[in-house]
Amino acid sequence: MNIVENFDLFAPRLINKKELLSPGHRACSGCGEVLAVRLMCKALGENTVIASATGCMEIISSMFPTTAWEVPWIHVAFENAASVASGIEAGLKALRKKGKIDDRYVKVVGMGGDGATMDIGFQALSGAMERGHDMIYVCFDNEAYMNTGIQRSSGTPMGASTTTAPAGKVSMGQKTWKKNMPEIMVAHGIPYVATACPSYPLDFIRKMEKAKSIKGPSYIHCFSMCPTGWRSPSHTAISMGRLAVETGAFPLYEVENGHYHLSSEMPKKFKPIKDYFKPQGRFRHLTADEIEMIQERVNIEYKKLVEKAKYLKI
Amino acid sequence: MGKRIGMEVAVAVAEAVGLCNIDMAAVYPITPQSHIAEHLSDLVADGRIDAEFVTVESEHSAMSAVIGASGTGARSYTATSSQGLMYMHELLPIASAMRLPICMAIANRAVSGPLNILNDHTDIMPQRDSGWISIFVENGQEAIDMSIMSFKIAEHKDVMLPVNVNIDGFQLTHMVEPFEMPTQEEVNQFLPPFVPHATLHPSKPVTMGAFAMSDYFAEIMKAKDEALKNSKKVILDVWNEWGKLFGRKYQPVETYKIEDADVLMLTMGSMGETAQIAIDELRAKGVKAGLVKLRLWRPFPLAEIKAVLKNAKKLIVTDRAISFGGPGGPVFSEVKSALYAEAKRPLIYNYIYGLGGRDMAVKDFTGMFEKVLADTTNQEADTYEFWGVRE
Repeated sequence: MNIVENFDLFAPRLINKKELLSPGHRACSGCGEVLAVRLMCKALGENTVIASATGCMEIISSMFPTTAWEVPWIHVAFENAASVASGIEAGLKALRKKGKIDDRYVKVVGMGGDGATMDIGFQALSGAMERGHDMIYVCFDNEAYMNTGIQRSSGTPMGASTTTAPAGKVSMGQKTWKKNMPEIMVAHGIPYVATACPSYPLDFIRKMEKAKSIKGPSYIHCFSMCPTGWRSPSHTAISMGRLAVETGAFPLYEVENGHYHLSSEMPKKFKPIKDYFKPQGRFRHLTADEIEMIQERVNIEYKKLVEKAKYLKI
Repeated sequence: MGKRIGMEVAVAVAEAVGLCNIDMAAVYPITPQSHIAEHLSDLVADGRIDAEFVTVESEHSAMSAVIGASGTGARSYTATSSQGLMYMHELLPIASAMRLPICMAIANRAVSGPLNILNDHTDIMPQRDSGWISIFVENGQEAIDMSIMSFKIAEHKDVMLPVNVNIDGFQLTHMVEPFEMPTQEEVNQFLPPFVPHATLHPSKPVTMGAFAMSDYFAEIMKAKDEALKNSKKVILDVWNEWGKLFGRKYQPVETYKIEDADVLMLTMGSMGETAQIAIDELRAKGVKAGLVKLRLWRPFPLAEIKAVLKNAKKLIVTDRAISFGGPGGPVFSEVKSALYAEAKRPLIYNYIYGLGGRDMAVKDFTGMFEKVLADTTNQEADTYEFWGVRE
């Protein structure tokens, strides 16, 4: 039984009803990322402090003097969500130990987009993970600098057209492969790394809950559909996330203490990558040869992942 | 009263901070600040202080982490120098806008390039407009006293601003000096626990660091400016209280033999002590020289500066930083602008000196006086001069 197909049946009982990211924020209609953040909050619950990087999610949720946040939330700068989170964790730890605050466990969460995580905040994140803070970092990856106007990042996939790596007469757009951020986090030897996507809400929530239960650093890489930046209609966000998983472009998996596990949502047989590219304007210019080249890479990367899951299993 | 001891100043600063019941410190090593970081981590490792010591991977993360910790209501401390301070630069105005009472020692050191690890003030000057309270110290005793007092000033409900204490790198940080270290009991009595008005805790969720457009941004800037201006009263109160308790009285502007002086010199930081010897030598020769030491850089003590400077005939403002292609060194520009509207004011000369650790002896200071006194043009030069620089 595919749990996602029966979502309507299970959802009311499985998901926290309390909204900790309240409606009335300024996200684009059809934003996949804000849906992911909302689900993250549901999974985390109230005993949470969030440190956010600069980006879409910060801008849309905290326009002074309003706020969409029902949990304690702080934004400092673009590249330092992980270090701010590490400071919060240290501060809360010291204050709790000294009896200066309520004696209750609070999970500290850092969050940022792909640019804030994989580019400008890379060092801060690496430092925070290496130091072993009891925190979760969630990367909401929409594959470009969407807040500033769809510029390429190291999370932008090969062949995507962005405003700083546009497709043109002599260019296919992005000419580099997407940085494998989850794998870099695995290399930090942290207890828990997972990939997720809000098109699979129960899977995402379960992974967030697992991260929350772990004492120590964990990293969730959440694929966050951006119809605005991907040049697709605003009602397509959820199906785009499904297609990314169903074609193997964004596989869902977990790595617990170095052991790999492919999520049950992963299909036995993938759809061709062109099915995922077709509804997105950012890939419209790609030739059949270029698509074939990307398809080969997707196949190889997934094969590597399957091998890891086989030999480094839980 | 604490015991009189001899100790390296950087180590003593860490000891003094250790007396302040800090909850958290995040420090990244950089010469000449490193001994503060090392000794603080010793204090934590030996269980002498109960604090979280976060060994961040950069100064940018050091400031980010103390911002996060201070946001939870933890008393948070960091220390840096030169390139480290430049690396933190982005976050300094954020810390002050968020009204977080972070305390930081700066072991002042030249900014690259070329790379140089020695003392001047080129690191702090670019941070001038970041909205921090900024204090300069002249010796080890002051470094200790100001470090302890900085928490009380920063955390005062009428202030709620970060404070940096500028301690000349090597010239002070690496000197072994004698001083009185207050006892733990004395510091406990002097420094009340930090009571934050809002914290990052689920018991009362708040949003910090919100995004503000043109409809609110300017008001937030004005509020910060008002807070910084108003902090002066608290600074003076805290310094007075310290004076009563420990007998060491501090003023935003200190003077030495200025009453009958015709020519004054203004210094900031450790060079004041050498300049003071120069004054004594000049006085012995019958030259009516005096010294003014600027201790409080932000908020700028406008009234005090005017009061002590306006009656002199000539004034030498010394700068240990440059504003390339500008009207003069940063201290000179501020002092000159402070005196501009005065009906009676001295002729002002500006010397830029001691860059990148260039040694300054007593004869250099007497030399400046002699050169200024020999100038009979009675006209203000429209430029600054480098002292002791090969051309």
